[in-house]
Amino acid sequence: MDSNEQASGQRPAVSVQVPSPGSQDLEDAGITVPALNRRSTAALPGGSEWSFGLVERYDREIARVAESCGLDTFPNQIEIISAEQMMDAYASNGMPIGYYHWSFGKRFLATEQTYKRGRMGLAYEIVINSNPCIAYLLEENTMPMQALVIAHASYGHNSFFKGNYLFRTWTQPDAIIDYLLFARQYLAECEQRHGEEEVERTLDACHALANFGVDRYKRPAKRSLAQEKLRLKDREEHLQLQVNELWRTLPSRQTESAEPKEQRFPAEPQENLLYFLEKHAPLLEPWQREIARIVRKLAQYFYPQRQTQVMNEGWATFWHYTIVQTLYEEGLLADSLMFEVLHSHTNVLTQPGFDSPHYSGINPYALGFAMYRDIRRICEEPTDEDRRWFPDAAGSDWRRTLDFAMRNFKDESFIQQFLSPKVMRDFRLFCLIDDDDQPHLQVGAIHDDAGYRLLRNTLAEQYGLGEREPNIQVVNVDVRGDRSLTLRHYRHDRRPLAPMYQEVLRHLAYLWGFTVRLETANEDGSIVPTHECRVEKRRFGALPPSLLLRNLP
Amino acid sequence: MADIIDRRENPRHKSAVNQQRFLRRYRAQVREAVAHAVSGRKIAEADRDASISIPARDIKEPVFSHGTGGRREIVLPGNKEYVTGDAIQRPPSGGAGAGGSGASQDGEAEDSFRFRLSREEFLDFFFEDMALPDLVKTQLTAVPHHRRVRAGYRTDGTPSSLAVVRTMRESLARRIAFSATAIARLREINEALDLLGGEAAESSNAEVAELLRERAELRSRIARIPFIDTFDLRYRNRVTQPMPVAQAVMFCVMDVSASMDEARKDLAKRFFILLHLFLKRHYERIEVVFIRHHTAAKLVDEEEFFHSTESGGTRVSSALEMTIREIKEHFPLDQWNVYVAQASDGDNLESDSPKCREILLNELLPMLQYMVYVEITTGEPQNLWVQYEQVRALRPNLALGRIRDRADIYPALRDLFARKERARTVA
Repeated sequence: MDSNEQASGQRPAVSVQVPSPGSQDLEDAGITVPALNRRSTAALPGGSEWSFGLVERYDREIARVAESCGLDTFPNQIEIISAEQMMDAYASNGMPIGYYHWSFGKRFLATEQTYKRGRMGLAYEIVINSNPCIAYLLEENTMPMQALVIAHASYGHNSFFKGNYLFRTWTQPDAIIDYLLFARQYLAECEQRHGEEEVERTLDACHALANFGVDRYKRPAKRSLAQEKLRLKDREEHLQLQVNELWRTLPSRQTESAEPKEQRFPAEPQENLLYFLEKHAPLLEPWQREIARIVRKLAQYFYPQRQTQVMNEGWATFWHYTIVQTLYEEGLLADSLMFEVLHSHTNVLTQPGFDSPHYSGINPYALGFAMYRDIRRICEEPTDEDRRWFPDAAGSDWRRTLDFAMRNFKDESFIQQFLSPKVMRDFRLFCLIDDDDQPHLQVGAIHDDAGYRLLRNTLAEQYGLGEREPNIQVVNVDVRGDRSLTLRHYRHDRRPLAPMYQEVLRHLAYLWGFTVRLETANEDGSIVPTHECRVEKRRFGALPPSLLLRNLP
Repeated sequence: MADIIDRRENPRHKSAVNQQRFLRRYRAQVREAVAHAVSGRKIAEADRDASISIPARDIKEPVFSHGTGGRREIVLPGNKEYVTGDAIQRPPSGGAGAGGSGASQDGEAEDSFRFRLSREEFLDFFFEDMALPDLVKTQLTAVPHHRRVRAGYRTDGTPSSLAVVRTMRESLARRIAFSATAIARLREINEALDLLGGEAAESSNAEVAELLRERAELRSRIARIPFIDTFDLRYRNRVTQPMPVAQAVMFCVMDVSASMDEARKDLAKRFFILLHLFLKRHYERIEVVFIRHHTAAKLVDEEEFFHSTESGGTRVSSALEMTIREIKEHFPLDQWNVYVAQASDGDNLESDSPKCREILLNELLPMLQYMVYVEITTGEPQNLWVQYEQVRALRPNLALGRIRDRADIYPALRDLFARKERARTVA
């Protein structure tokens, strides 16, 4: 339901695509159906028409409940937009401002086509990780829906953005809108100076590598002056030692090999391909480096979202459910409104089985919601099994435990840590081994005592970026020779690269300016050259190099 | 507490630029798709918006990702019967997808990318390789002009559109209506006074005094009726009407002998569409009549016109005669502007061509606004062309063109476009 769908290639799950609601009943989704014999007057007006006054009143109540639940959020900005604007927002990854590129146009046309043919509904809202946190609400939503999505986006997602360690480490919500504005202006300027085609060519190449343009670990901060002085002092002492060495009387040993060791560049393999190109590609113009940097920065901004889908959506869903439930219990919501909310809520949480025609992967909303609910259950009413599996969590304060879980994990570690046997049983998870050496698929584990741990490990790995993306690193640049760049693909479980890697290499060669090679490191330690993308030496000031592609046999 | 902002009035189409860039980047593919769409359309429906599709593989944005193969472990929900160690047959699709069956109810979306082109975008691509001058493109693409025409009167409007005469007429009518009874009574009083012996006679007479008083009152009442009242004001009313109000009939005449292959028919179709678009600009209503011929002419519908082939020789005169017959029977010249568009590969029976010339000169051309003949050929001009050239020297409303590819179509019609002013006045 937030803006990271495009980045991760997942369709927005809250769109109305969800199959018939009858496929799962309310109890399955972990919902207590409100008793029908309650009084029907409510403090907040019901009805399906929304108005700005109503949205404000609902928001005030939701904010009150959220605060009492201890949700720490950025200030909110709620914007009502039309369906067409929602499609615009889709096309630009949910960002309010973006630079111009054909791929966004393509995305818009695709969305428009499916939407107008009625094959897909639009998301009810999009939320942006910025400060203030901007949530776009669709004008076509009914009042109950607006209430639901305000609770979901403006308080659920918002508190996640503010609390989760990945977001805290990698995004700067205060600066993102300004940065987008800068990027758009800078690229417009580049287009004027260097022509749209050149800029587009560079952007295409950078986009192809965007997912390989993120830092996974913080780079060390720049040294302060004091540290620099200390370093100088150390160095002087070291030099002094070298001088003393001259007066050594012991004969030096001849074990060092005579020939100077060949310098390797880069000294260590580099996994941030785009960063490497930005810093080291010999022929890039300064503006091209800046474009690479812009693409890299934006990829980095989406990096936490790609890794916290289950956690983020689950958290928002858990809280919209809890907040609305609290409001209802306080007697503020009419029954009719509550029913519509529950209906949408259930739709969002639908998890078709693997053999259903509607199956399209594990629904992150459903899994996340189930896990947070289960953590709460473990805290409040632990069983013996829970005490064995979660000795720390069982019986603790559920808000504290939930808050801890939200702040300090990503999908991979969250599942590894908190997926309980009960959730595995509820989802009826099983593990399938697909080995192309074997004639059959094999069931590796199911939801039983013997299988829980394996299931949990496998599912966690499935959400790790390391598993989802191939491991490709820069290993060598032929500095003294033809300046060719060598990438190495470390194969895991014998899985090959999808054939479009050749296209990506061509983009890479465009940025590098010289020949680019790809080699594959197999698990048995052998290294075989896979592909070579040759670039004719380009003369200074010449047009972009014509790229000659040659496949190795 | 949140700030709540209404953004619905903000500009839409923020990604319009991105869409244009997309179309520009994939011009070749889109053009091909448009060409394909054109051949599937009826002539009269050529300028509509369209949903077109281009191959998805061309527009993929490549990234490094895992391919199929190797060993994978997948966790799936919804286990019903499996226990650890079960071996399962691979699904026929290759089992690459997570879970197999969810594969392809979306099959079409996999290999083609569908999207919608607006009417303007569509025409833009359609015109692109026909080398139309920009001015003509604008003329054809633009929605027909409307003009404001007089449509009676209304009771409010701007002072500049005040209809003075009409207002005065209203005023007069009102004054008559309001004063009629008073004037009639006045006349009665005057007559009564005359009977009583004139005004001066007996002013002391109570009856006379009463009549005099009433007359004075009536006179002042008549004087109080305003000469002009806001009630009388009338303004000229104007409504918008589409500009072209005449009707035209367009005869498409095509040679369907064996030598007209698909490519030539496609060129002919574009030629007909362009002429139709032109006529559509100028006439409100257009009928299209299709006549195909080899040795004998036949009146057909559009489907048959373009899509069935027959073999045999060619006798053009048969089609011309048929056209004349049709005009005489169904399209009286005082109601219809008649256009003829003829496409052929130029082959004609040697003895038939002089006959064609005679028909054109003496019968057909005098009835027509305009006739365009295109010869779709790469070779030397054929005998029909020679004869037509002689006619052209005598009749200005015949245009000839030789077409080898799409860019040649427009020059054949250029004359017509230049004459548009005349066409309009004739209409």
